This record gives sequence, C-alpha cells and structure tokens, in this order.
Amino acid sequence: MKFTKEHEWVKDQGDGTAFVGITAYAADALGDVVFVEVPEAGKTLTKGDAFAVVESVKAASDVYAPVDGEVIEGNGELGNAPETVNAVPEAGGWFAKIKLTNPSQLDALMDREAYEAYLATL
Amino acid sequence: MTDVALKSTPLEDRHVALGGRMVPFAGYNMPVQYEGVMAEHKWTRAEAGLFDVSHMGQARLSGADAVHTLEALTPTDFAALKPGKQKYSLLLNEAGGILDDWMVSRPEEDGFFLVVNAACKDQDFAIIADSLKGDTTFDILADRALLALQGPRAREVMAQVCPAACEMYFMDCGTFEILGETAFVSRSGYTGEDGFEISFPAARAAELWDLLLTFPQVKPIGLGARDSLRLEAGMPLYGHEMDETYGVVESGLSFGMSKSRLERGDIRGIERIRAERENPQRTRVALRVLEGPPARDGAKILNAEGEAIGIVTSGVPSPTLGYSIAMGYVPATQSAPGTQLKLEVRGKPYACEVVTIPFVPNSYHRKPKA
Repeated sequence: MKFTKEHEWVKDQGDGTAFVGITAYAADALGDVVFVEVPEAGKTLTKGDAFAVVESVKAASDVYAPVDGEVIEGNGELGNAPETVNAVPEAGGWFAKIKLTNPSQLDALMDREAYEAYLATL
Repeated sequence: MTDVALKSTPLEDRHVALGGRMVPFAGYNMPVQYEGVMAEHKWTRAEAGLFDVSHMGQARLSGADAVHTLEALTPTDFAALKPGKQKYSLLLNEAGGILDDWMVSRPEEDGFFLVVNAACKDQDFAIIADSLKGDTTFDILADRALLALQGPRAREVMAQVCPAACEMYFMDCGTFEILGETAFVSRSGYTGEDGFEISFPAARAAELWDLLLTFPQVKPIGLGARDSLRLEAGMPLYGHEMDETYGVVESGLSFGMSKSRLERGDIRGIERIRAERENPQRTRVALRVLEGPPARDGAKILNAEGEAIGIVTSGVPSPTLGYSIAMGYVPATQSAPGTQLKLEVRGKPYACEVVTIPFVPNSYHRKPKA
C-alpha cells in the first residue's frame, strides 16, 4: 500500500489495477462520515484531481486521485453505508477500483513507514 | 494568508487539555470538537452539553436613557421588557439592514445586559458608544466569560450549582451567586433545548467549567455541534442567514421586532420593513433534502424547471433526523411548506422540499399558560 501527503492510499493489485481510498488518519480527522460520492466507471483520473467527495456533519472534503487511472468501479456500498469509511478506511472503505495508466507514479508515493514518519511531523 | 495572533478565551487551556481540536473562529482559538461532532450533538440532545462561548461580546447599558439608546438602534420595545426578562433583538443600519443579532437581558429595572456575536462585537460596541442617549452609561464586559449549559439534563446540574436559577422559565434572566461570584444567568441558548447561559468572571471561569464537568450528565461540546444544533432548531447565524443585505422581515426575524415599535414607525429602515411586509420578495425557508448529498452554504436553489431561484445559507446532515437539512432564501411565491424544489450540489440537481421551522421541535422550559 502506498500513501500521499493528502492522506489517500493506493493498493496495487499487481494486475494493472489498484484500489484507492483515504487513510485511517484522514477518516479520523473527518469524524463521522455521513455521505460519500464515488466516481462512476469509465471516469479518467489525473493525479491530484478531485475524484470523490466525503462529507461529515461539519464539512464536505474532496478526495484527490493519488495516481493517474481509469475508474473500473466506484464503491457503491458506501452510498448505503458511509460509516464504513470510519470503520475500515484502509480496507472495505475503499472509494474506487482503477486501472493504472501510469504505474510508475506509484514509485514516488510513500510506503507505510514513510507515511507514518510524515504523520509524526503533523 | 497573513498570520494574525488569535485571541484566547479564559478556557483555552481547558479545551486543549480535553483534546479539543482548535481552530480559528472570529479571531479566537476555539474548539470545533472534542470527541466528534455527531457524538457531541447527540449528547446535547439527550443529556447536557457545556459550551465555551466567551468569544461573544458582553456589555452593560445603564441609566434611565438606556432604553432610548437601545431603541434607536433596534426594532425592539425595550421599555416594555420587564425586569427579569430577556429578548432577542437586532442591530440595524440606517437602511434597515441587519448588522448583528443580540440577546438583551434586563436582570434589574436599571440595566441591560447584551450578548453580541464575536465577529461583530467591535463594530457593535463602536456603534453603541457613538449613539449613547442622555445619561446612558455603557460598559464593555471584557473581563467576563460566557458558558452555556444546554440539554434536557441541564436543569438537574444547575439545581446543584445554582438552585435559584432553576426557578426561571425560558427567556428569563437574573443575577445570581455562583462560587461566591456574581453571575448573570439566562434560561436560553442556541440549541433548541432547555438550558442556561452563564456570564461569569473570566478569572474564575475555569473553576466553574471544571465544576460543571464533574457532573456525569455534562460533556464539553465544540463549535461544530453548536452549529448543527442551532440549524436543527431553525436558528439563524449571523453571516449566513443574515447580514447587512438582509432585512428584518424577509429573514424571518420579525419576532425580534415589537408591534408597538412597528406601529410607532420609529425604527431605522422602517420603509424597508414596511415594504418587506406589504410586498414580500425573497424569504428565508427551511428545506428538507430528499436525495443526494448535503447542500451547504452557497448551494443554488432551483425551481422544478431547474432555474436558479435562490441560495442556501446553511446546511448540514442532521444528526437527530438522519437526513440533510438546510436554510436559504427563495422568492416568497415559492416558500410555502410542501413546495418541491431542487438543490444544486457539485453541478447536479437534487430534490428538496420546503418544510416548517424548526426542523427539530424545541424543548424549552416555558412558563405554563395561566
């Protein structure tokens, strides 16, 4: 699993696809997630673009694409159960499954150790 | 962004020690939440929530002419405000636009106690100081903290801390002794629940805060839940539901205006007030979101044909109701409860319906009708 400074994660499936979501740190900072808008299949993602929205009581927050890709599937389960993002942010709370169109971008992201070191500076 | 030193309330170290997430608000370093907005919101509706609202402005006006000073600036009949009572009022500009909303108490015959919005207090106090009539004396109470204890179990707690205050009904006020200090207490708040607001010397505010938190019914509540609670109660927030561009009537705040003043016609901006009454244009409405995401401040309100007809001024997913709610402005012709409208969020329209205010019924401790 790789991480961004904006608190998204990417899990490379090794077959040219990956899952993306937000980290436990981000989910905790947001508080109770009450609404999630995930992208539709076919949407083209460019690294750094807002591709999903997660809402708490307090505010709406954009989720940014950690890498380039094409959406294979948005996590429709989050529509009925947005609290999954708080419960299991780095597993069942995934936002989208994507086809990696520029896999080398993964190399520039942080591994867990580097991400945790980054969190310690916040 | 310019770095401006944030001001502190007398309870800042308490918020930090309690794990409050501190954010800048109206120039103050304030707790937006402790354990989480949702949990704090629900706690306040079920138990008792303790809020630090010491960032708000407090002032006192005394003298026989204090009534005239206040009446020149507001649409409220303060001569008719009986000692021991509190009134919601509005600071108006010359044209009838709303400069701020106030809670004005009259603990004794001689002397009014004002609570004003933090973001507006410098402006408000300058206006008052420039408008003093006759023998009015004006004192800004910068040395006082303001605590709000809100919720169905607030009374049980106050019964231990200040039993005499529990004899008050909704919108009553009085001067009491707590911890040996003079406290101005009102039975009111900004949540729709029964509760108290306590003005207390800043130097000893932390002792009162700590004392209130020793009760198992009481938890500290941040500004996040304060906002969602007031929205469910249909209460306006300055800078959202009103500002200088809005008038008294269209913003649904005529309850801050006295009939006697309207009849006398001696209100700043009376022409605007009359025009809004006789020929209403836009009006504040409550909206229930029927599908899709929460609509927040700035979202467009559309009619059934998809044309923009208004704007959302506040919106939140309601923790009590389980659906999203919003307030905003629409043409008066489309403001009747039951009217089907749409809200535009991130470029897409979602169905909503005009409903009655408040969203969540209030539970004030009202004086029984004789």
